[in-house]
Amino acid sequence: MAVHLDARPPAVPAPRRSHPDRGHRLARLDTRFSPYLYIAPFFLLFAVFGLYPLGYTLWVSLHDWDLLGASPTFVGAQNYRQLMSDPDFWNSVVNTLGIFALSTVPQMLLALWLANLLNRQLRGRTGWRMAVLVPNVTSTAAVAIVFGVLFSREFGMINWLLDLVGIDPVNWKANRLASWVAISAMVDWRWTGYNALIFLAAMQAIPRDLYESASIDGAGRARQFWSITVPLLKPTIVFAVIISTIGGLQLFTEPRLFHSGTNAIRGGPLRESQTMTMYMFENAFAPHYNFGYGSAVAWLLFALIAIVAAVNVLVLRRLGGGRREETR
Amino acid sequence: MRLWSAGRLTYAALVVTAVLSIFPIYWMFVVASRTSDAMGQVPPPLTPGGNLGANIARLFANTDAYFLTGLVNSAIVAVSVTVSVVFFSTLAGFAFAKLRFRGRNALLLVIIATMMVPTQLGVIPLYMLMTKFNWNDRLPAVIVPALVTGFGVFMMRQYAGQAVSNELIEAARMDGCHTARIYWNVVLPALRPAAAVLGLLTFMTTWNDFLWPYAVLNDPENPTVQLSLRALSDGYYQDMSQVFTGTAIATLPLLLVFVVFGRQIIGGIMEGAVKA
Repeated sequence: MAVHLDARPPAVPAPRRSHPDRGHRLARLDTRFSPYLYIAPFFLLFAVFGLYPLGYTLWVSLHDWDLLGASPTFVGAQNYRQLMSDPDFWNSVVNTLGIFALSTVPQMLLALWLANLLNRQLRGRTGWRMAVLVPNVTSTAAVAIVFGVLFSREFGMINWLLDLVGIDPVNWKANRLASWVAISAMVDWRWTGYNALIFLAAMQAIPRDLYESASIDGAGRARQFWSITVPLLKPTIVFAVIISTIGGLQLFTEPRLFHSGTNAIRGGPLRESQTMTMYMFENAFAPHYNFGYGSAVAWLLFALIAIVAAVNVLVLRRLGGGRREETR
Repeated sequence: MRLWSAGRLTYAALVVTAVLSIFPIYWMFVVASRTSDAMGQVPPPLTPGGNLGANIARLFANTDAYFLTGLVNSAIVAVSVTVSVVFFSTLAGFAFAKLRFRGRNALLLVIIATMMVPTQLGVIPLYMLMTKFNWNDRLPAVIVPALVTGFGVFMMRQYAGQAVSNELIEAARMDGCHTARIYWNVVLPALRPAAAVLGLLTFMTTWNDFLWPYAVLNDPENPTVQLSLRALSDGYYQDMSQVFTGTAIATLPLLLVFVVFGRQIIGGIMEGAVKA
C-alpha cells in the first residue's frame, strides 16, 4: 500500500539558451549527472554492506569455514545435509514457527480491534495514540530483560497473579509452550499498537457514506466492521502481515534476553525457545565461529521467510472472498 | 465526516490497553528506584522507592557492564547514523522525486525491493568483512553498515513529491542555481518536517540495535548500551535493582524523544512510514 509509483512528470530543467557557452555546458553536465551522484551513496553502501554479505552467505554455506578461514574447503551441500539431520536445527525451526504463529495472529486481531476503538470520536485523541505506541519506542533489550523478570518462576509478577486466581506457578523459561507464550506476549506488547496505528490510518481513508448506507440497510456495527472495514483494509493487512513475517521469523533479541546466563543463546535449558536466528548465531559466532554451518542456517531461514510470506499472501487473498482488489 | 461516538465501553477498553502498555515501563522505574529486596516481596511493590541514586552510582561503578562507555558509544553511533541517513535519504529522495534521469523508475523499484531483504541474515560475511577492515570491536563496525536505508530514501521520495513544488525548483534554476544549491536551499528546507520524523525513527532504531553489535563488538570494555544491558542481565550475580536501573536509563532517551515529538512520530507512522 505504501508503494505508489506516480506518473507525474518530474521538474524539467529549463532550457537556458541565453547563457554563455561554458555555463551552458556545465549546467548540462550538472542536470545530467547530479541525479546519479545523489543516489549513488545508497547503492554503493547497500551493495557493500547489505547485498554482498547476503549473497556471499550462500557461498560461505557451501564451505567448511571457520574463524581463521585460511583455507576454507568447498564441501558442496554438506552443511545443508548435516542440518537436515540436526535435531537442534529442527527444534529451532519449530520454535520459530510456533512463536511466529502464536504472536502474529492475536497481534493482527488485537490491532484491528484497537484501531477500531481509536477510530471513534475520542477525547484526548493524541494521548490515546501515544499510549498505545509507547511500547514500540522502548529499548527491545531492556523490555526483554523486564519481561524475563515478570515471567520468572519464583518472584515473577505473572506467577503471583496466577496464584491469586488459584493457578499453579508456571515455569515460563523451561516449558516450551509457556516460553512461546511469554515471548509472544513480549512481541505483541511491542507491535500491536504500532500496527493499530497503521490500520487506523487506512480506516480513516474509508469513505463514511459507505457506513451510512450500510446502517440504513440495517447492518449493525459488527456487521459493518467485518463487511466493510476489514475487506477495504485488506491491502494494508497484507502489508502488515508481510512485514511482521520478515521481522517475526528473524526474532532474536526478545528470546535471547528473555533468558540470561552463560548459555542463554540456547534459549532455555533444553532449547525450549531457541529461534533460528539464535541457532545461526550460536554456530557462527563466539565461541564456535563455524561460519559455514551458520551460513547454511541463514539461507534456510531466508527460504523459510520467502515461503511463509508467499503462503500468507495466498491465504489472505482467499480470505477476501469475491472482493479482489477492485478498490485500488 | 461523522465518526462513531465512543461509549463508556470504548474508554474502558482503551484504559485497560493503556495500562498494559505503560505498566512494564512504569514497573521498570519502580524497581530501579528500590533496593534489591523489592524483587522477593509479596505483593510486589508498585510505588517508587528512594534508592535510585544509590543504584545509579553502583551501576556506573559496575566493572562488568561498562555502562557509561555504553551510553557514550550508543550516543555516538545513533547520532552519526541518524545524520547520515537523513542526509543521504533527502538527497536521493529529492533525485527520485524531482529530477529526470534514465533508469529512474527501475532504480526506485530496486530501492523498494531492498526494504524487503532480510539483511540481518548477512551478518556472517559482514563479520568477515569487518575482520578484514580491522573494525572488529570498534564503532565503525556498527556505524558504517547503517549509513543508508532504503526505507529512508523511499520515505523522503514520497514526501518530496508533494512537499517541493516544481515551480520553485524551476525558478531557482532560472536564477542560475545548480542542482546542489537547489537541494540545499530549496529542497532541504521543504523536507524538514519529514526529515525530522525520519531522523527520530532512525535514532530510535539505531539506539535499539542489538544483534549486529552483539556479534561484532566482543570487547566487553567497549560496548553499546544494549550490550551493557546484556552483560548486566547475564551476570553471574544478579542485582535486579541495578539491572533495572540500567534498563531504565537505556530507555529514557527514547521516552524523552517520544514525549517531545510523539505527535510527529505518530503522524509519520500513519502517513505511510510503514516499516519496522
